[in-house]
This record gives sequence, C-alpha cells and structure tokens, in this order.
Amino acid sequence: MSASASPITENTDYRPKAIDSPWKTAWRRFARNRLAVIGTIIIALMFLICFIGPFLSPYGVLDYSLKDKNLSPNTSYWLGTDKLGRDILLRMMLAGRISLLVGLVATIISVIIGCSLGAFAGFYGKKVDTVIMRVADIFMALPSLPILIIMGVVLSDLGVEPNQRIWFLMLIIGVLNWTTIARLVRGQMLTLREQEFMQATEALGLKDRRKIFRHLLPNTIPVIIVTATLGVAGAILSESALSFLGVGVIPPTPSWGNMISAANNLIDFGKRPWLWIPPGMCILITTVAINLIGDGLRDAMDPKTKK
Amino acid sequence: MAKDLVEFRNLETHFQTPAGTVKAVNNVSFKIREGETLCVVGESGCGKSVTAMSLMGLIESPPGKIVGGQILFEDRDLLKLSKRDLSLIRGKEISMIFQEPMSSLNPVLTIGEQISEPLILHMLMDRKTAKKRAIELINMVGIPRAEKIFDSYPHELSGGMRQRIMIAIALSCDPKLLIADEPTTALDVTIQAQILDLMRDIKKQLNTSIMLITHDLGVVAEMADYVVVMYAGKVIEEAPVLELFKNPQHPYTKGLLKAKPIINQVQERLYSIPGQVPNPIELGNNCHFHDRCESCMDICKVKAPPFRAHDNAEHKSACWLYEEEREVL
Repeated sequence: MSASASPITENTDYRPKAIDSPWKTAWRRFARNRLAVIGTIIIALMFLICFIGPFLSPYGVLDYSLKDKNLSPNTSYWLGTDKLGRDILLRMMLAGRISLLVGLVATIISVIIGCSLGAFAGFYGKKVDTVIMRVADIFMALPSLPILIIMGVVLSDLGVEPNQRIWFLMLIIGVLNWTTIARLVRGQMLTLREQEFMQATEALGLKDRRKIFRHLLPNTIPVIIVTATLGVAGAILSESALSFLGVGVIPPTPSWGNMISAANNLIDFGKRPWLWIPPGMCILITTVAINLIGDGLRDAMDPKTKK
Repeated sequence: MAKDLVEFRNLETHFQTPAGTVKAVNNVSFKIREGETLCVVGESGCGKSVTAMSLMGLIESPPGKIVGGQILFEDRDLLKLSKRDLSLIRGKEISMIFQEPMSSLNPVLTIGEQISEPLILHMLMDRKTAKKRAIELINMVGIPRAEKIFDSYPHELSGGMRQRIMIAIALSCDPKLLIADEPTTALDVTIQAQILDLMRDIKKQLNTSIMLITHDLGVVAEMADYVVVMYAGKVIEEAPVLELFKNPQHPYTKGLLKAKPIINQVQERLYSIPGQVPNPIELGNNCHFHDRCESCMDICKVKAPPFRAHDNAEHKSACWLYEEEREVL
C-alpha cells in the first residue's frame, strides 16, 4: 500500500449552515406564536387606520353641522355623530393618534429614565443604589392614579393650552412609570456585572460609561423590550382614565378616554351607545393586542424556552 | 540578563470573611523579566490567581484588600496609581487571558467590536484602521476566514476559537506583559497544545513577557523559563525551569513532580500528596505544608522557614531541611 496521503483540500461543496443570530431565533419563535402575530396585525392596522384614515374621510377635523347632531350610524356617518354633529369615526381615528402617541412617547420617556437610573444603581451599587432605589420605592408606594389626577388638575389650573397638554401628559405618565423598568434593569445589572466578561472589560481598562452603555445595557434589551411593550398598554390606559375623568386630554382635542366620558350623560349612555362603545372597544382591543405582543415577545426572547 | 519588568515585593492580599481573615497572598515576592515566561504553579486555592488579580487591580473590595507590599511595573508602583492611570496601563501594557473562554466574551457584541474596542481606546485608531488591525490579529491567532469571524457573535465559535480571540484581544495593543490565568484548563488536550504553541510563537514574535498560571506541570515544562511554586498563599520555591525539574528542593515540589504521570512507564497508581491544602483562615506562623510533609520536623510546626537561596543563587526555597539552625530548637 502506498503511503502517500493525498493533501488535505478544503471541501468546497460543503456550505456550513449559518447559525441564526439571537434576534433571528427570537423572531422565528415570535412568528410561530399565533396570538402574538394576531396582536401585531391588530396594532399595525390600528396605526394604519388612525394615521392614514383621517385623510380619506370626507369630513374635516373642525367640521360640525348641528343639523346632523346625534345621528345613529348610517351610510354617510358610519358610526353616527355626536351632539355637535361631528363624525364619530373621524374623531375616533384622531383620538387613536393621540392615545397611541401618548402610549409610545410616555413609554419611551420611562424607558430612558428607568434604564439609565437602573443601570447606574445596579452598576455602582452601595450608596448610589440605595439612593436611587429608595426614590423608586417612594414612587412605587404612591398610588399613581391620584397623583395623575392631581397633576392633571394642576395643568388645568395653570391654563395649559389643550394642544400642549398632551405633551405634558406624556411627560407625567412617563415619569411616573420609570420604576418598573429601573428595578428590572438594576436586577439584571447586578448579575451581569459579576460575569467574567465584565472582569475582562475591566482588565482592558475600559471606562465605566462604556461598560454600562455598550457592554451591560445591550444584555438587558430583551427584558426592556418586553416591559416597554406592556408599558405602552398601561400608558394608554392611564391616559384614557385621565381623559375620561376630564383631567387628561380635554376637548376639543379628541381622545378615546374623553370620548367615552359621553357615557357619563344618562341619556347618551342609554340612548346613544354609538358615542361610547366604539372608543371603548378601541381601548380594549389595543391594550389586549399590545399585551399579546408583550407575552409573545417574552416567550420568544426567553432563552430557556427551546422551541 | 534581561531587565526586570514586574516585581512583586512582599505582596499581601487578604480577604475578610465572616469566619476570619483569609491571607490569600501572604508575603509574595518574585520578578518577571522582559521576554521571559514565568509560570506560577500550585494547587487550587493557593493564591495563584489572586496574585495575578492583584497585579491587574481586579481584587474586589470588599471583601478583598491588598494590605501591604508593592507591585512594581517598570519602576512604578501599580498599587499607588489612580484609577485613571491604571486604566491606561491595563489592556495596553498589561493584558490578561482568562480561564473560561466561554464566558469571557460579551455575548451581545460581535467579535470584531470586542477586538476593536481596546484598539480604539488605547491606540486611538479610527474604526476603519481598527477593523483592519482586528482582522490581522484574527489571522495572527490562526483563525481562517477572519472577515467572517469579525462579524460573528461569540456563541458561533468553539471554545478553542474563543480562547484564540481572547488572546487576540489581549495582544491587540502589543502589551509588555501577558497574564494567562489557566488559559487551557477549560479546553481539551489537542486544543490546549495548539493554544500553548500559539502563545509560544507570539512570545517569540513580539517578545512579550508571559505570566502563566497553571497547575499542569506538563504545561510548565513546555512553556516556562522560570517557575514559581506557591502553596497556601506563599512562594515556597522558585527556580529556572530545568533546575526545578532536575533538582527540586521543597518536599511539596518533589511531591508535585512525583504526582505527574510519566509516559512509557507502567504505573499502578499515580502518587498523590497525602492530606489537603490547609484551611486558609488564620493560618499560624509555621510551615503551612508541615502536616502533609514526609520529612516534617518539630521546628516546621512552630516556625516559618525563611525563603532564600541555598546552594544555587537562582534557586530559592523555603524549607527547614536546608537550614542549619533547624537543630537549634
């Protein structure tokens, strides 16, 4: 037998299957979760209808015709009209814009505050941690609805323009909700900063800021995304509750919450359900859909569910 | 003779535990010369890693604290530097490879980002040059398809590849000293050999000093120029590698060498040193090895032996067997 071995050549036919990135895996798991996909579609439709729908409506934002007031749903006003003869469908879409926007912006605000404070608390520990987390405890101990109502009343008292009011509202809701995310991020930080790769960054002489924002926070993104998603639903609910009570978004700016407040009126409540059922359904559907997405994301991003 | 690069002088690192003070590193002194590989050998828990961590300033405090001594790096005391000055040295002049390649890389950043990081930070490169250099480094540590690896995440690589990447990161800024804390313990034997070969090549190319922490005497024989043997937080013997293997003095070193398997020789059972490492809490002032030592004398139990050279100036050990005053007591 000849001893000459053929030289090792690279097998060019063999293409190694690309390993999925964590995001791809998560996406695949998410796409397989039927409820979560339904939730996503609903939210996408909701955004589409609310942001594009008004352009297709034959009525203008400020249109009202007193002769058409309090009509029940018919062919020209699909969802009827209110006591000033304004189209309910158009108002509902405009209200949706505001509610969704409040939900998103308020959540972004609370994510920014919560992430940075939570990250600092978890990373530095000791006094920084104590101070930040005690403040968080105070925020958590205060019932949020009464505070929101007080703040809303203060806004009215200061005579803030209805247009600017929603921005203040976003800020208030966002600031009041930072604690949940801060706690979660802090908890993650506490475990992550003890990991060996953090010791390695220390050995490389990296600065604290870089360690926190480049090495630690990206590791907490799954948790942040899930909580933030669920937070959007909470923020929409807070806004609706406030507007319903008349201290959130106030007319003439429509919002789902202040549209439902029509139900306060006994005659409207009994005789004209088209005034308050549609916005109520919108709030219900939106929050349920967001919660479905949140649940789906949680399952998809949990590395322990191996599906 | 080559210049001294690092000198440990009477280093004392202690840990406060509820049960008492653990003197993890107790009066340790040795030197690392330029371009030299120094191996620190010893059982688990004898203070090897803590010595290296003290050098890198990675001791968590509390519970740990460096209570005494000096660590001179190019005549500067690392223990006295501010955090800022220290971070200029760490990663640039001194870098470290850790034991666990699986968990030493950040799972959410690509390999490229992690190699470029010290380049951008210490060598002040821009992103593009850093990428070029990073790909060079990946090639240097013997990983093919460097461009592809640059964009991969750590979980896509095997343990051996990750350890190579760790070496690439450690070498990125041409450090003067590379600390390798059991770099091959978590890898299988064939990969171990590759990694050690790689480290030896790199040392030859870049003239980097290496402080290699290990408990594998095979690795010591292959890599070391100079060996330091530690036991229970103390240096008990140090010598050039050949001298140590040929002529071990301390009974513990002898035991370690006896416990090593020998190829081509049938051994029923490997030798093992009887007993265990003593509880490190509140050790007395004696030879800590006395209760496991075959040639233990009365003086060993009450007095710690001095650490000094006996007949060869380069070979130091701490054992009463080689002291004349032992009979005095």
